[in-house]
Amino acid sequence: MSPADSSRIHGRAAGFGRDVRSVAGRALRQIPREPASVLPAIFVPAFFYTVNLGALENLAHGAHGFSYKAFLLPMAIAFAVTGMSRAQMLVTDIQTGYFDRLCMTPIRRLALLLGLMTADVVVIVALCIPVLAIGAGVGVRFVTGAPGILAFIGFSALWGLVFTGLPYAVALRTGSPAAVSSSFVLFFPLFFLSDAVVPKQVLTGWFSDIATYNPITYLLAALRALISGGWQTRALLEGGAALAGIGVVSMTLALLALRGRVARSA
Amino acid sequence: MTNADQYGRGRDSRLAPADGFGRRDAAVLTTGLVRRFGATVAVDGIDLDVKRGEIYGFLGPNGAGKSTLIRMLCTLLRPTAGRATVAGYDVATQPQQVRVRIGAALQDAALDDRQTGRELLALQGRLYGLRPGEIRRRLDAVLDLVAIGDAIDCRIGTYSGGMKRRLDLAAALVHNPEVVFLDEPTTGLDPESRARVWAEVRRLNAALGITIFLTTQYLEEADALADRVGIINRGRVVAEGTPSALKRRFGADRIVADIEGAHADNAATGEMLRHLDAVTSVAVEEGRVVVTTDDGPAALGPVATALAGTGVGVRSITLRTPTLDDVFLELTESRIEVDA
Repeated sequence: MSPADSSRIHGRAAGFGRDVRSVAGRALRQIPREPASVLPAIFVPAFFYTVNLGALENLAHGAHGFSYKAFLLPMAIAFAVTGMSRAQMLVTDIQTGYFDRLCMTPIRRLALLLGLMTADVVVIVALCIPVLAIGAGVGVRFVTGAPGILAFIGFSALWGLVFTGLPYAVALRTGSPAAVSSSFVLFFPLFFLSDAVVPKQVLTGWFSDIATYNPITYLLAALRALISGGWQTRALLEGGAALAGIGVVSMTLALLALRGRVARSA
Repeated sequence: MTNADQYGRGRDSRLAPADGFGRRDAAVLTTGLVRRFGATVAVDGIDLDVKRGEIYGFLGPNGAGKSTLIRMLCTLLRPTAGRATVAGYDVATQPQQVRVRIGAALQDAALDDRQTGRELLALQGRLYGLRPGEIRRRLDAVLDLVAIGDAIDCRIGTYSGGMKRRLDLAAALVHNPEVVFLDEPTTGLDPESRARVWAEVRRLNAALGITIFLTTQYLEEADALADRVGIINRGRVVAEGTPSALKRRFGADRIVADIEGAHADNAATGEMLRHLDAVTSVAVEEGRVVVTTDDGPAALGPVATALAGTGVGVRSITLRTPTLDDVFLELTESRIEVDA
């Protein structure tokens, strides 16, 4: 068929998988063009890891006789992957009308969200590498070996993924970049009211009680198990359950917001 | 159900015309289409029948309901009441079938400034299920049509307003739609860019037979491009027809004579002119006589002769045929506000 015959080519639905890949590919192409969107996710965990290590390592080590470097590494991962989403890009699309253009194509509506989340997972996995390199640089070793490292990355990716639901829900609901930025703040109390920085055993009574009911505590415990505790079934199951619980809430919010945005009734 | 069953072109699942709706020769068909936003009725019972291959101009002042109608026809907004089909498919119950058959360039060029023009068009092609080879061929075709040149490989954020409009149009055409909706495609463009868009619209329609549904606030745009024009005011279509028919129906020819000084006997002059064939009314003012007639060319000679017979010194006499502006003024009691 020559170019002149291109008028015989007509549009059709692409299929769900291709829709997701197309949206993810577009999102990933933007990242090298806007490095500022990912650089803080490398700098911030490296900063907190270094500072906390410098300030607390002797105290923590003396009290428990364990590797504080290994204990703290999941905190750095959490800072790297939590809130890492393309929600700002989605807001820009909504504001410029590009989201409407996408909605006028036969793309499945769910692919608009899953495509961005797929890109997020790719970015999150990539962000794990420098954090793990920092850990390796200060002598952290995985007792679970290479499979444990892969499980650690996979768990971290799921962690990052389940936390993308909230910024996407805010983006789809409000279309406001400021609201999306603010949504990240919600993570801080959840994070710091856990045993992210010091072991649960040394937390004060009320703080320890809160940490016991905080799902972040169990996510961190699962990651720590992979580094220094071995394949601890209970820790991994509890971590998985915490992921599932957070995921159900955040993804439900995101899907409801997507449904509202594309309901064609606004 | 497979994708082909749901959305494929091989199987024609257009609305059966048994209920008298969704005719295949209609590109856009609406009946009693309503859209409310709370207590506000943006579109209030619109009936349209746009034939395939037609350029239909939809004309109305700001806030008349043009964009709301387009958004419903493009499946972005669900009608509150009434029915609409586009390319034979119901916008409310068969939106996916509608989407593969339409292209749209909405009021503001809906583009992603961070992508290059080529990336945006290629993504558009992928979302319409085109294979890589098909995307290349379609890009060659649409880029030839909209003449963006080497800038197609630059970020869209660097484009001028005119280039963005043309890229927006190209994005609407990548998948070879049957019906293209253009919502005020030239608003804010300079005259050269506007002329270029007009030429592209004519070419699309003439060469490819694409139905064009165009909203505009430029009367001359509707006059120059549209086979038929619908005038919308306060959510209702108040007139519809070819531009010339609308002018004939809602406007009258006017013969305007500038006369020397104040004529002594205005009443007699007016009375004499009023008795001429085809003259419907006469207004004699200070220094000016305005004759309204259904047939300006036929009445011009007799009016000039009659004025000369009264001894009135005529400085100039002109025939003014009605414009869409006159029609619009008559129907909406407002003049179009032009931004540019």
